[in-house]
Amino acid sequence: MAKHVVAAVAEITPGGRKLVDVKGRPIVVFNLGGEFFALSNRCPHRGGSLCHGKLVGLVESSTPGEYRYSRRGEIIRCPWHSWEFDIRTGKSWCDPARLRIRHYPVSVEAGAQLVEGPYVAETFPVTVEDDYVVVEI
Amino acid sequence: MNIEARQPSRSSRTKPAIVDVDIHAKSSVEDLRPFLSNRWGDYLQTYGQRSRHGYAKGFPYPKGQPLASRRDSWPPDGGLPASNLDFMRHQHLDQYGITIGIMNPLSPTGQGDQNVEFGAAMCFAANEFQIEHWNRLEPRLRASVCVPYEDGELSRTEIRRRAGDQRFAHVLFMSRTSELLGKRRYWPIFEAAVEAGLPVGVHVFGYSGWAMTNSGWPSFYIEEMTEHSTSCQAMVTSLIMEGVFERWPELKIVLIEAGFAWLPALGWRLDNAWKKLKNEVPHLKKAPSEYIRQHFWVSTQPMEEPDDPEHVIDVMNWIGMDHILFASDYPHWDFDDPFLALPPKLTAEQRGMIYSGNAQALYGFA
Repeated sequence: MAKHVVAAVAEITPGGRKLVDVKGRPIVVFNLGGEFFALSNRCPHRGGSLCHGKLVGLVESSTPGEYRYSRRGEIIRCPWHSWEFDIRTGKSWCDPARLRIRHYPVSVEAGAQLVEGPYVAETFPVTVEDDYVVVEI
Repeated sequence: MNIEARQPSRSSRTKPAIVDVDIHAKSSVEDLRPFLSNRWGDYLQTYGQRSRHGYAKGFPYPKGQPLASRRDSWPPDGGLPASNLDFMRHQHLDQYGITIGIMNPLSPTGQGDQNVEFGAAMCFAANEFQIEHWNRLEPRLRASVCVPYEDGELSRTEIRRRAGDQRFAHVLFMSRTSELLGKRRYWPIFEAAVEAGLPVGVHVFGYSGWAMTNSGWPSFYIEEMTEHSTSCQAMVTSLIMEGVFERWPELKIVLIEAGFAWLPALGWRLDNAWKKLKNEVPHLKKAPSEYIRQHFWVSTQPMEEPDDPEHVIDVMNWIGMDHILFASDYPHWDFDDPFLALPPKLTAEQRGMIYSGNAQALYGFA
């Protein structure tokens, strides 16, 4: 597994997202309150581009008439058929047993370390002063 | 938010020919204005449009996504989804290699307007607009003959006007009519369509003026979405029982966006009842299911997606693989990706029929 620098941390603000291409794979990186998550951009249902989706919360109901809304902004809703996925786990909210989006490990690394390698950053200028989002694939 | 999204393009070698029978090319009211007479342009400006439902503005059931559209379908020029030809080419026609796409404008078209004369003027304008704004620039896009369907004679006039014009693929109206579709008031539409050699496309939705279920208004959008399978059953039944297909044996009806897994069950039930009640409808010369198989075509989107894909293939076999047409519903949110929509177990020959062969045969596309 190689590590790929995909963005400067400042580029993806909390609640933001960026679509990147790593070795030909479209991957969308989300920032949830300072934590980064990387998911395959392709919806496993019918291939919609998740990066164009709406961020929503988790709506649950334990019994008709009672509703809970939690985890605002942590669920991505596909722009096509509205399938929802948990950004933290990649699990489908519609069909969690069978469907899950490919999830990639992400870390934040200091530019000073990255400059030394062994990271793959050919296409991305890295400076020692900044922090970077690194996806492992 | 940083978006650099581009769908991976597919190799042209692997692209099958695709006829997409459901593309919702969009116009604004202003777009139609140049095709309206001064009288109707002034009317539109002064009094506006009024569809057959009790809400002044907007959808009675908001659509889950803005304008019922894919969130990635809003063009960069700030216009409405499917209003920009270049963006439609980029995102849909070229992306999937659509060889022919049939435009089914939903609004504004004047269809179903309470003022049928105004509706007729708007339908004329919507039909002109499809030619001038779309087909003239992109001949892959074929037009629909929108008709003011609540008035049979005015509809006949518009169909006759377009008869023989190859740029029009079919007559189009909406499924929620104010009376059941087999009733006499709609017969001029069928007669004129057969005369013009055009199939009749019935796209779901529209406003009948009645509650959408037999027992009033449902609570949820999900109920509106799935209600089509019940109201379309009543529509199909009415067309058969009123003897429409005995009067116009050449009539071809395309059900657009109606789903289709409900058709076999309807056929079974009708056949069963018909055996016992034949003498009530002696004008029927064959079993109801035979009319269904002979006169109805269905489009793929939205296709029922059972856990066992064999079930949907069984349904397709009952309807007839030669009566199933590919539809994407672009740009709407329940859009089907042409390459992923069909059950994987279909043979290459069956896929070819559904993608393009059946539509070419039905519409006479070269």
